Amino acid sequence: MDDAFLSVRDLHVRFRTEDGTVHAVDGLSFDVPRGRTLGIVGESGSGKSATGLAVLGLHDPRTTTVTGSVRLGGQEITGAPEPVLEKLRGNTVAMVFQDSLTALSPYHTVGHQIAEPFRKHTGASRREARQRAVDMLGKVGIPHPALRVDDYPHQFSGGMRQRAMIAMALVCDPQLLIADEPTTALDVTVQAQILDLLKDLQQQTGTAIVLITHDLGVVARTADDVLVMYAGRAAERGTVRDVLRTPRHPYTWGLLGSMPRLWTPVDQPLTPVPGAPPSLLTPPPGCPFHPRCAHTERVGGDRCRTERPELPPGRGAACHLGEERTR
Amino acid sequence: MTEDILIAEGLTKHFPVLGGFPFRRRVGAVQAVDGIDLTVRAGESFGLVGESGCGKSTTGRLLTRLLEPTAGRIHYRGRDITHATRKELAPVRSEIQMIFQDPYASLNPRQTVGRIVSGPMEINGIDPPGGRTARARELLETVGLNPEHYNRFPHEFSGGQRQRIGIARALALDPKVIVADEPVSALDVSIQAQVVNLLARLRRELGIAFVFIAHDLAVVRHFSQRVAVMYLGKIVEEGPRDDIYHRPRHPYTHALLSAVPDPDGDGGPVRERIRLAGDVPSPVQPPSGCRFRTRCWKARDVCAEVEPVLARADGSGPGHVSACHFPEPPTVERATEVILDPALDPSSPAGD
Repeated sequence: MDDAFLSVRDLHVRFRTEDGTVHAVDGLSFDVPRGRTLGIVGESGSGKSATGLAVLGLHDPRTTTVTGSVRLGGQEITGAPEPVLEKLRGNTVAMVFQDSLTALSPYHTVGHQIAEPFRKHTGASRREARQRAVDMLGKVGIPHPALRVDDYPHQFSGGMRQRAMIAMALVCDPQLLIADEPTTALDVTVQAQILDLLKDLQQQTGTAIVLITHDLGVVARTADDVLVMYAGRAAERGTVRDVLRTPRHPYTWGLLGSMPRLWTPVDQPLTPVPGAPPSLLTPPPGCPFHPRCAHTERVGGDRCRTERPELPPGRGAACHLGEERTR
Repeated sequence: MTEDILIAEGLTKHFPVLGGFPFRRRVGAVQAVDGIDLTVRAGESFGLVGESGCGKSTTGRLLTRLLEPTAGRIHYRGRDITHATRKELAPVRSEIQMIFQDPYASLNPRQTVGRIVSGPMEINGIDPPGGRTARARELLETVGLNPEHYNRFPHEFSGGQRQRIGIARALALDPKVIVADEPVSALDVSIQAQVVNLLARLRRELGIAFVFIAHDLAVVRHFSQRVAVMYLGKIVEEGPRDDIYHRPRHPYTHALLSAVPDPDGDGGPVRERIRLAGDVPSPVQPPSGCRFRTRCWKARDVCAEVEPVLARADGSGPGHVSACHFPEPPTVERATEVILDPALDPSSPAGD
């Protein structure tokens, strides 16, 4: 795709640990066009956060090896020198983290933390930057922004801190926003406010968003496209509507079957995925999902155990089941 | 008629707030739980939902007598256990067990799984036929763990398996009631479903009553026959599951339900989206009258003056009560009416 703002090709992230090398992201490719939201869904250890950090070049090179290509508006990120990355971070691409209490500095006022990247990237004066911080706080729905701008993070509630962090991320009008579990620590009523806010801001600015989450419900409400990850690999990709309505990968079936709903009849037990995700120190050969998959027989032979399924470009699933994919 | 096994009346817990200089003294109180009544019937699952800080966990700890109530009464099978001493409480403790949220913090890392599971039997001097070791192995099997793993330590298990160990420990004394405080919220979705199914099977097969405390409305719906919704230390609505989820009368319940993101996209029935403004007020100085009024779109003067009581609103089903001056109209039935599995219904013979 030419119009993709973020373009990731064959991304690998390997962590060196005492026990060996953890292959956290294993050959991931995806695109995010301007103005669209890609939801990356997966369980803990699926590599979704490691992907987000790789896009910002935030992995520690002493312990982590990142290979493959991450292009932001045509510019290569992997292997780029630190000064280049610093110019991009907070300016072209910004990140919203899950835990706003640890992501914000307790020693500086909220206003200062919003104004700082703005001054750094635009060379604005203190006065201008402060005014900008007040404007941003107002934009993200903090009441009395001119008064709250001098508050410290601990004076804000959890929902307000998350709003402040979004204000901080958006202060330089980035073209790409990476939101890593932005609402996981919040209550549902506040989560709904924050998701609506992200959508509203995107409509105003046309920012591309990568939304990393474990919650398919959040994806359904917020994202346009979805990438389901399992054990560091992409299991399925497509528009939110396609993936949630007609999922093709057995893991996606399992995820959807595991989720209790508010509407569907409760007369059946949930249908969980048996077993647990594999260790990424010793990933299983072939399809990483085969030890938990109920459909390996249908594929026949040893194919699932030996041959790695590839994810076709566009809509599709990395599965050997082929065309007769039905639940 | 099933027995009312656990009854709480006017249950209240205020935590003192200390401050002042040079002598710290009581300057206020966090009204964590403020006068709630609830009844748990034998063999049923009673769900307690609400957002953080609403007092649901404190309620669970009061019911298990891990916390001393400030006021109110707790009756277990007709006995008043509100201020029972340690000694008097011992036999009751073994019948009311607890499952905790964090499977990492709630297991002693220095003990083997076998010791953890047989610990409650040791403390209470119970010698099951065949010995404690055999019983512990049997319990591990019941919760779906390999009994061969008896000698392993908690760090060798994943989060979901650890939660199963905690469940096996809770089962060790053949409890009649289990208070489960967010038992699945720390787990991944696919593992969460395994544990929910396990708890449902235990309830059905062993006839254990559950107080199921969670913030996730969908999980509670799946596991509970009756549900109470809490807000700022009060129960604002309580009733049979389908009444609460399909015909909620309290505006807060409405707002909560409409805030839950639905993975089926537009597949589910269209529900009016309600966005609550702002955050939950401080429980140190809760609003006068109705505690929800500061975020409620229907609040009028009377809401600040008179505290609404839990009562059956016009058009609500039996056992469905809500505390609101201006209850929502009973909603229209949804397209898919919920079919109750006879096996999940505690009043049916199959449930016992």
